[in-house]
Amino acid sequence: MGRVTGVLEIDKVTYDAIVAHARRDHPDEACGVVAGPVGSNRPERFIAMVNAARSPTFYEFDSQDLLTLYREMDARDEEPVVVYHSHTATEAFPSRTDIALAQEPGAHYVLVSTREGLEPGQEEFRSFRIVDGQVTEEDVRVASALQPSSPPPPSEEQHTA
Amino acid sequence: MSIEVRIPTILRQHTGGEKAVPGEGATLADLLTDLESRHPGLRARLVDDKGLRRFVNVYLNDEDVRFLGGLETPVSDGDSVTVLPAVAGGAAAVPSTAVA
Repeated sequence: MGRVTGVLEIDKVTYDAIVAHARRDHPDEACGVVAGPVGSNRPERFIAMVNAARSPTFYEFDSQDLLTLYREMDARDEEPVVVYHSHTATEAFPSRTDIALAQEPGAHYVLVSTREGLEPGQEEFRSFRIVDGQVTEEDVRVASALQPSSPPPPSEEQHTA
Repeated sequence: MSIEVRIPTILRQHTGGEKAVPGEGATLADLLTDLESRHPGLRARLVDDKGLRRFVNVYLNDEDVRFLGGLETPVSDGDSVTVLPAVAGGAAAVPSTAVA
């Protein structure tokens, strides 16, 4: 695994929504995306998806839901900034299956664990880039709100994917 | 008139970055053969020896072709074909042969 290099910046409401979805669907895996404007790296629109596999060890978006989701994102000039799912008996780290099936190289892959032994409010919430089978963990920065999308001052380093 | 094929981000390396490319054929299999002639490598990302790959979804207009005729699904001018990688994973192991 690569070292921590990037960062996922996410607002508290979206963060909480992801965790709540994971808890609600436990012991099955929960899944969904947070869409944002193309190229913005801003997870703005939380979309919980149905796990068509309804399984404690596997998730898959329903094929028809997937088409609807991507058509909608296309129409709104959005992309999946975050793809999230839960592990319900193991740690919040990409499994071999997660790595093999990751097909959105531009996305932050968020994993939430709801396994036994975690106290409420102590959820494991981790974010990774998965590109060509290479996993790189990144920091998660939870903000009360996302920074305004206006261009940052010139002195600030641009974060590019 | 031709068939519009919409290509997902991860496969645009085969289409010079194009989000949609035109193609021709009487069936989905023909269409993929036609596309391969201009976009080498694309077909192998969608099909293997057994047919459509498990974790790639192909839609004819609004229908997953798995519920139509798979690779034998008839296509015609004016149709739109959309390719989307499955969004899937999980703690369980899957056979490595199922993946591109």
